[in-house]
Amino acid sequence: MVEALTSGHHGVLWLVPLLPFAAAGLLALLPDKRGRLASLVVIGALAGSLVVAACALIGVLHPADGGGVMRSASSFVWFAIGDEPLRIGLLLDPLGAGMGAMVAFVALLILLYSRGYMADDRRFGRFFTFLSLFCGAMLLAVYSNSLLLLFVAWELVGLASYLLIGFYFKKPAAAAAAQKAFITTRIGDMAFFIGMIWLNSRAGTLLFYDGGNGLLESGALASLAGATTFGGITLSAAASLLILIGAMGKSGQVPLHTWLPDAMEGPTPVSALIHAATMVAAGVFLVARTHPIFAVGGEAGIALAATAWIGAITALYASLVAVAQHDIKRILAYSTVSQLGFMMVALGTGGVAAAMLHLVAHALFKALLFLSAGSVIHGCGGEQDIRRMGGLRKAMPLTFATYAVGMMALSGFPFVFSGFWSKEAVFHSAKSWPGGNGPFLLVVLAACLTAFYMTRQALLVFFGTPRDPRIHAHESPLPMTLPLVVLATATMLLSLVGTPAWPWFERWLDGTRAAFDPAALTKPGTTGLIVLSLVIVTAGVTAAWRVYGITAPRDASAPDPLASKTGRLWRVFEHAMSFNALYRKAVIGPLAFIAGGIDALERMVFHRSMANGERILKDVGRSAGRIDESAINPGFDRLCGGIEHQASSTSKSQSGRPQAGLRAIGLATAACIALYLWLSSR
Amino acid sequence: MTLLFLTLFPLVGALCLGLSRNVACGRAATAWSAATLVVAALLVRPGMSWSLAWLPDVGMTLRFEADGLSWLFLLLTAVVTLVAVAASWLTGRNDRGYHALVLVLQSALFGVFTARHFIPWFLCWEMTLIPAFLLIRLWGGPAAPQAAMRFFMMTLGGSVFLLVGFLALQLSAGTMDFDSLAALAGEGRLVDALEHGFAATGADGRTLLVLIAVAVLIGIAVKIPIVPFHTWLPSAYAEAPSPVTMLLTGLLSKMGVFALLWIFLPVFAEVLPVFATPLAWLAVATVILGALAALAQTDLKRMLAYSSVNHLGYCVLAVAAAGAAGSARPAMTSAMAGTVLQAINHGIIATALFLGITILEHRSRGRRHIGNFGGLRARMPVFCGCLGIAVFASLGLPGLSGFIGEFLIFNGAFSAVPAATSVCVAGLLLTAVFLLRMMRMVFWGPLKPACATWPDLTKPERALFAVLILLILLPGVWPQMLLHHANPVVLELIDLLRPIP
Repeated sequence: MVEALTSGHHGVLWLVPLLPFAAAGLLALLPDKRGRLASLVVIGALAGSLVVAACALIGVLHPADGGGVMRSASSFVWFAIGDEPLRIGLLLDPLGAGMGAMVAFVALLILLYSRGYMADDRRFGRFFTFLSLFCGAMLLAVYSNSLLLLFVAWELVGLASYLLIGFYFKKPAAAAAAQKAFITTRIGDMAFFIGMIWLNSRAGTLLFYDGGNGLLESGALASLAGATTFGGITLSAAASLLILIGAMGKSGQVPLHTWLPDAMEGPTPVSALIHAATMVAAGVFLVARTHPIFAVGGEAGIALAATAWIGAITALYASLVAVAQHDIKRILAYSTVSQLGFMMVALGTGGVAAAMLHLVAHALFKALLFLSAGSVIHGCGGEQDIRRMGGLRKAMPLTFATYAVGMMALSGFPFVFSGFWSKEAVFHSAKSWPGGNGPFLLVVLAACLTAFYMTRQALLVFFGTPRDPRIHAHESPLPMTLPLVVLATATMLLSLVGTPAWPWFERWLDGTRAAFDPAALTKPGTTGLIVLSLVIVTAGVTAAWRVYGITAPRDASAPDPLASKTGRLWRVFEHAMSFNALYRKAVIGPLAFIAGGIDALERMVFHRSMANGERILKDVGRSAGRIDESAINPGFDRLCGGIEHQASSTSKSQSGRPQAGLRAIGLATAACIALYLWLSSR
Repeated sequence: MTLLFLTLFPLVGALCLGLSRNVACGRAATAWSAATLVVAALLVRPGMSWSLAWLPDVGMTLRFEADGLSWLFLLLTAVVTLVAVAASWLTGRNDRGYHALVLVLQSALFGVFTARHFIPWFLCWEMTLIPAFLLIRLWGGPAAPQAAMRFFMMTLGGSVFLLVGFLALQLSAGTMDFDSLAALAGEGRLVDALEHGFAATGADGRTLLVLIAVAVLIGIAVKIPIVPFHTWLPSAYAEAPSPVTMLLTGLLSKMGVFALLWIFLPVFAEVLPVFATPLAWLAVATVILGALAALAQTDLKRMLAYSSVNHLGYCVLAVAAAGAAGSARPAMTSAMAGTVLQAINHGIIATALFLGITILEHRSRGRRHIGNFGGLRARMPVFCGCLGIAVFASLGLPGLSGFIGEFLIFNGAFSAVPAATSVCVAGLLLTAVFLLRMMRMVFWGPLKPACATWPDLTKPERALFAVLILLILLPGVWPQMLLHHANPVVLELIDLLRPIP
């Protein structure tokens, strides 16, 4: 199978997205009653996908025979526009295979977890149907060899996200959050759509790789970089910026990030899978996939610079906001926004491998954190406010242990956690960027804040004493804790493949072999960055310990210790810098006003002028002669009246005899047969 | 002759329904339109034609022909009529007059989509008006008389322009046969013919052709409708019984698109570049105004009415781009194939949406204000799922049929009219806003007490939705099933517009 996959026969690779799609389609047709069976169908389908995805990963582990990246692309004609075929297909390369295997792996764990977490839900089967739809779409996006197919999958992912955020549809907040998520990401999607069409209009293809004729291959790239558009920027840069806006929508980058914290209205496994590990990373993946188009304008060209700066601003903004949140899931949501910013910085500064390493590492540890948070919420009877928790490490030891692994990975605790090395790679990429030091400084600050807010959360949830007497925490059952242990292990193991001493992951994406070289750790630049990382983690943790560890708040109603010290600044970040209020005032309000104005225009001006026009016509008719009034109209009215009368008498005289209708049909059939015979005899 | 048979088939049914005493007319009409669908799908094949030597002395041979494109529209007509009739029957409409008029309308539509000569085409075009008017006027809502009259007067007004335009062509070029006119235009002789024919006026032939094209465009614009000729639409769509609205939006508006594509483009090929920019910006106005007006509506039917305006605006954009001088051949192909797909798919999707409205009206006894509903998903999950699919198809979700048409249109229009196309993308976004708002207000949130006893879809209702959803899903995943029939005609049209040198 491995050989078949890498030789370009992608029949089997299609199974990866199609199995979950088929499971979703099958379950959608069945009534939502056999929930447990439905979950088994979905888990089975996804296990199949994981097996194929793993084989695909094995197939591309080694560089190609002649050196370079192992890549096999396929395509087929989807439909023909006139006489021009439009082709789509799948692509297997380290970037997609790594991402695909990660998605299938995390998704399978989260499905297993959901069987425990959602056990009491009446719509258990529906939940798995939607999750299955999501997995299919996400996997299709990952393996797509065409920007169009990627867009198709991208939108389907958005649909699944909409359905799952709004899973508790009776809650108005969930309904609003689902709508907001779909529409906000669609703003980005529309930019992506224009970018895609623009690329197609110049390059004439949307296939990524097509034996030298693809969009990401040198011929098309040169043509895109050679064409200039308005403002003197190249077409490649303009299209890249549009694609970037699409990525910003999905990946929650400022200013299109507001939907992501609200998306926490969905069930916690959904937050873990979609709004932390996979879908929100799709934006990063999109930029990584189309990176050649971004990069054709130079390392510090406008497209890459925009990516780096937007990522850096988002990373810092979201980590500041995360400090001032109280909801355990919202803290993690802002943390996700912030970490996606890190990945964007890496992409913008040329570190595709660093971004992807951080993406995979983040997917593992953030899924772990969300699932642990879900276990906490489950154990606390649905409570999500960290001010009411406290001292949970005794009641939930296993959850605490796995949470601690995730938290340390996210904060960047040194050496044995994947987050440390992937963040290190991001720093390295940002530091060596020729476009300036700004993004680097911003992400360093954000990393320090990350250590701070994660320590704050850990201290408030697991340490100290229980602050709310009504909460009787208990450990979650095995189906929920087992995936936690697996994810925690994976988080630590992943740290092996991304160290500067053995940068296997990075080399793999480049298509070269990595050599084990411990001396690389002691190179001046590398050592300096490692020391810097150690310093900022220590600073963040110590600061948080001083504020929340030593003088922990005693009861749930006590204000946050930091709030009293920072005053108004705290409230600014607590309200996430009021983006929502701003959009209400600056976008939604004016839009509603314009729509209302147009409606008024329609009703008043158009309709009044219509009515006037009709009156004038009537007057003209009246004065021009009485023929109209006295002959034609009454006749017409009589006709109308006659039919009206007949219609009403018909409805009155319904006697319930179906024979009459049958007789009509019989009569008509006879007439038609006669007609047909007569026509065909001529 | 099979075409003539198909055209007369519903008419015979209508006559027999009209003659029959009473009752069970809904069921009879449903059965009859199902039979019509079978005839259209199985007996009629692309390429069939027939002609009638009406006045051979003056060259009036009336031709009817069904190419791949016409055939798609014939099938669309058969499907939408079937759903409309069945939905009427299921919601308790059994009046024989009503069903007979729907079948007469169907007959006229068959004529419109196959006629290749102005005289029969125009007769059928006008023939649709009378049953539609009566259906709105007699079975519509409280404000129906005014709405029906406005609909009738405006469309009739537009038709006058159409008639004048084609009479002028007959006088100068000596033919009203669409193919002959297109051939003349393709050879660049229509301008000369006009200049020669109207030599007395001393006018320039090009100017005359532009004037005639404007007149024809006005007639078509009222039907589609293009802003600002849409003012009849919201009240007519809202006041008509919902199944009749299916016919109005699913079929009558498509007559306009069909005419734009099949008559306007080839006959006025010589002066098309003049129209590209104005028509593109009219399309933008149609798209944006439709979407914004829909955003402000609280009446579900008016909202979907404006949504129809918005969706057909994309077709106009594509036609504008196809006529633009700078359009390359692949872009034109994409735009025109997109127009066909958008027209067909919108017909099906809008029918599904209005089927949903029919059911809401039936359950709520005629209410259609958005505030009357709430939390229905808890009570009617199957209905929510079915209408949800139609909604997502309407907002252009890939994988469902609406997306392909929009993709092809934008793909084709972008290089010719980039600014207008980019603005139109905002329409795609606004569509999502008002449609998802509708879903949230009607189906999500807590269940309103007034809706607490409504039953979910019955079996026949499910069957209707199942047919429509199949027709939404299949072309979304496998667009070639439509393009296979549309492509040859599109290529033929493009050869008429841009003769291969």
